[in-house]
Amino acid sequence: MSTSETRIAPPLDRPAFARLPRDADGPVFAEPWQAQAFALAVRLSEAGWFSWHEWTLALGEQFRSAAARGEPDDGSRYYEHWLAALESLVTAKGLSDPAALSERKHAWAEAYRRTPHGEPVALAAAMRGT
Amino acid sequence: MSHAHTHDHDHAPEHSEVPSDPALRVKALESLLVEKGLVDPAALDAIIDAYERKIGPRNGARIVARAWTDPAFKQRLLDDATAAIAEMGFAGRQGEHMVAVENTPAVHNMVVCTLCSCYPWPVLGLPPLWYKSAPYRSRAVIDPRGVLHEFGLDLAPEVEIRVWDSTSEVRYLVLPERPAGTEAMSADELAEMVTRDSMIGAERLSAPGKGAAA
Repeated sequence: MSTSETRIAPPLDRPAFARLPRDADGPVFAEPWQAQAFALAVRLSEAGWFSWHEWTLALGEQFRSAAARGEPDDGSRYYEHWLAALESLVTAKGLSDPAALSERKHAWAEAYRRTPHGEPVALAAAMRGT
Repeated sequence: MSHAHTHDHDHAPEHSEVPSDPALRVKALESLLVEKGLVDPAALDAIIDAYERKIGPRNGARIVARAWTDPAFKQRLLDDATAAIAEMGFAGRQGEHMVAVENTPAVHNMVVCTLCSCYPWPVLGLPPLWYKSAPYRSRAVIDPRGVLHEFGLDLAPEVEIRVWDSTSEVRYLVLPERPAGTEAMSADELAEMVTRDSMIGAERLSAPGKGAAA
């Protein structure tokens, strides 16, 4: 149990963590989308759309699925699992559905492609669903 | 994520770089939920801001410093951490059910969440990556002494190590030992030296300047 794979500290000298934003106490979010995904889960739970217990079960399910796929679980994909749990719970609670999420994702990608660099990116009115 | 960005710079207009797949999925979720009125974008921003900067480990450090300097508060903290922490104005969200565990010369406490990453956000901010990693989650329980060794903390064999497994219902805060040589320091000064890792039990504190000329 003393190989590099199981070494867990100090983590900040690992190449995989080299690009993480950090403060004196360590990394916070690697990318803004992680903080946004975090806030969405907290807010939906606060608003009563699901309990925090339901949330931990959904997140744990993503960890188990990742382990079953043989993915390394070193924390680096943590927020990808968080996001997958969020999508599954939002779908399970009927707040949205996979087709709408996929369609909206592609609409955002298209909006970025056609927006000149430096200008705010907005979805075209015609592409917004109802 | 390695986006080749070595061409097209001379072409006008240069279009915005398309975000990563997860970033687009989050934007899709957020925009759909906001349009349906299910979440308020201002509330989302407030959460992000709070957890990124306002909350952080400083709240926990203030709790520890007060416990070191106020014996009555320390007793309340150990008796009912949820109430004692709420007394300091740090209630809410996932920190509702808190338990404080005290380190002594004979006992060292450390906290883990073996299921996922339950963590007392309102007092410690966002969990560090290592806390969320599978090796820490699995090994903290079966080999705490080895894990602490990797953090640079070698405890004497006679020190008992207690490992607390957080859940969605109960979160733990380690009350570290107050280092010798800090008797003259104020609560504010003490709070400055309390680290996040010491409140998870991954570190023991020493007085500032210890080992140096001071």
